[in-house]
Amino acid sequence: MAEPATLTEADTAGLAVSLRAVTKVYDSGVAALGPLDLDVARGEFVSLLGPSGCGKSTALRLIAGLAAPSSGSVGVALRRSGARGAHAIGFVFQEPTLMPWTSVRENVRLPLKLAHAPAAEADARIEEALQQVGLAEFAAAYPRELSGGMKMRVSLARALVTDPDILLMDEPFAALDEITRFRLNNDLLALWRNLRKTVIFVTHSVFESVYLSQRVVVMTSRPGRLSAEIRIDAPEPRGEEFRTCAAYAGYCREVSNVLAPSYSGLSGS
Amino acid sequence: MSSLQTPPLSARQAGPEQTGLRLIRILLPIVVFAAGIAVWELVVRLNHIPPYVLPGPIAVFATLISDWPVLAPSLLTTLLTTLEGFFAAGIGGIALALLFNQSKWLEYSLFPYAVILQVTPVIAIAPLLLIYLPQQTAVIVCAWIVAFFPVLSNTTLGLNSVDRNLAGLFQLYGASRAQTLAYLKLPSALPFILGGLRIAGGLSLIGAVVAEIAAGSAGAGSGLAYRIAESGYRLNIPRMFAALLLLSAAGIVIYGLLALISHLVLRRWHESALGKEN
Repeated sequence: MAEPATLTEADTAGLAVSLRAVTKVYDSGVAALGPLDLDVARGEFVSLLGPSGCGKSTALRLIAGLAAPSSGSVGVALRRSGARGAHAIGFVFQEPTLMPWTSVRENVRLPLKLAHAPAAEADARIEEALQQVGLAEFAAAYPRELSGGMKMRVSLARALVTDPDILLMDEPFAALDEITRFRLNNDLLALWRNLRKTVIFVTHSVFESVYLSQRVVVMTSRPGRLSAEIRIDAPEPRGEEFRTCAAYAGYCREVSNVLAPSYSGLSGS
Repeated sequence: MSSLQTPPLSARQAGPEQTGLRLIRILLPIVVFAAGIAVWELVVRLNHIPPYVLPGPIAVFATLISDWPVLAPSLLTTLLTTLEGFFAAGIGGIALALLFNQSKWLEYSLFPYAVILQVTPVIAIAPLLLIYLPQQTAVIVCAWIVAFFPVLSNTTLGLNSVDRNLAGLFQLYGASRAQTLAYLKLPSALPFILGGLRIAGGLSLIGAVVAEIAAGSAGAGSGLAYRIAESGYRLNIPRMFAALLLLSAAGIVIYGLLALISHLVLRRWHESALGKEN
């Protein structure tokens, strides 16, 4: 795994994340990404949408510092916070990625424990994070005792516990059933309205991306490049009625039309 | 935010068929055992086989009781050797695996020798060890040689099968090497380590017995295996069987204890320790 820190202190125009001509070529010679330019403003909710293998997850890992770009620059605005155990980036993986050998509370505690945060302060913040995802009463449960949706909530609580500026989510709800996904979509939107984090959300669902985001970034595959950006100017707060309104359907059609060429290209090859 | 009302999925329902099945699983081996003993006793009695050729189970049991003053200290000696070999194997295997995990160079340079040590039959090494080492040490080293490899290879496997995303998460939050080891790698490897230890328990008994047999011909030592060898020379066949019975029982107890410990440690989270109903 690559060295984590390509994070820089540079944010000028209220940007949270700024990618400049970023490429990623794997050791096997496969060009996974780019060149890609992407700016995400502070507090913005952006979805990266594209077919499987279009490098959207790779982009997320580069922003998180989990991998280093082959060329180009990755800029992430780091905030200097007084609180110990604060971390600028929260990451939610496609799988819940919980430690099965310990309780929900200890799973959420992990980022604070790794940062040597004082126990009393950590307890309060774990409590708060679990409240935010509606799992306060399951703190003592073990991951295997929870349903898929609840595990994902724990994963979200763990990302929130460090009070990050930027929340990176890698197809977090892809493996869930539709009813659970809709509910988590709503809860995520509520969290975003209250906390005003910057969210970069990777998905391959047109409907999910339109429902959640202020901006949908459509990517083409192999190597992943930006093919179109669509701003979703729907009024806040969005709720279930937005899912059924004509404007939503219109946006979905628009995004699908942009996305179609990258799928037809894939099947043609 | 809405709170979920879904109940935890852990509630187990054991139906009557499951209880019946469990009963059968316990009863069947006992029935087979009893039948085997009965057939053995019958064969001995009906054919009037003398006890110095084949003693019946009743004679073996009687010898076990009458020879207990001789056999008990031997059992203790063998158990002590096994225990020492087992601890040496456990600590050595885990420590070596941790070293290998921290440094690839070390792993590449030493792992082949661990394999060589494992594949060379211990019965062939034992006489050499007895020449160069004091008897008691040689026996423990034998137990160690046989038992440490499963611990080493299982721990290595466990340390290498850490969830990739969890490893990424630790990296993201800037975990140090020691933190990654303590909070991620060791807990991930724990089921593997316990599996290795379970194999090592039985193997260290085998190692101890092999070394005692090798040493026994030299006339020293007082373990159970030595008693078997000695009784063989004296044609005291019932005592051979009695000692063998004790060795078997010791092996079963060691395995059972390790399986129990493994179950108790893993029961809250690991698939292997959960009921099949889940």
